[in-house]
Amino acid sequence: MKILYFAWVREAVGKSEEDLNLPEGVASVSDLVAWLKQQDTGYETAFADNAVVRVAVNQEYVDLDHRVSNGDEIAFFPPVTGG
Amino acid sequence: MIRVQAEDFDLGDELKKMTDGNTGIGGLCSFVGLVRDMAGDERISAMTLEHYPGMTEKALADIEKQAHSRWNLDETLIIHRYGRLKPGEQIVLVAAASAHRGSAFEACHFLIDWLKTKAPFWKLEDTPGVGKWVDARTSDDEAENRWNKPD
Repeated sequence: MKILYFAWVREAVGKSEEDLNLPEGVASVSDLVAWLKQQDTGYETAFADNAVVRVAVNQEYVDLDHRVSNGDEIAFFPPVTGG
Repeated sequence: MIRVQAEDFDLGDELKKMTDGNTGIGGLCSFVGLVRDMAGDERISAMTLEHYPGMTEKALADIEKQAHSRWNLDETLIIHRYGRLKPGEQIVLVAAASAHRGSAFEACHFLIDWLKTKAPFWKLEDTPGVGKWVDARTSDDEAENRWNKPD
């Protein structure tokens, strides 16, 4: 799977994207977030409050309980501020 | 039509292209968003707009489709810029053309309200000494909510 990070989530994580093989035991977006937080403090900072991070899977907004699979493009970002 | 671009746009040219050759259009309504020079009580020297290439285009196309399903429109246009912009520069243009003014006004208002809460753009403001990510505003959510139809 490909994971993308934008705006201050990208700054906290320290990279804009990464490729990952679906880790064992990860079935949903919230599982993935929990797994990432165990890997590095940057992810802990980025996901300190899940309520302020938005998620898109394959470029569509989803909830944290959305299921993920290896071919997915998953993006994490703050609430949008365009216009 | 939707466009996501770094370069500026000419408002007059864009609006003229929307109505050229269609004499059935009776009303054209447009909104242009500009970079303000103040963020709260801090002066900003520039702003950088980041976006999510791919999803941005999908989200804008969806917003446009929504507008066409709700109002009888001849043309709609959304142009959103990204990159570094200075105070006074144009950020966004939304416009709607219809046979009558009511649909044009409402659709134009809808387009910008929906775009603000759904299109994946983020603003980073250059304030003295530091870059600051703009927080999402609850007033934008409220503006979007009034267009939500009951199921």
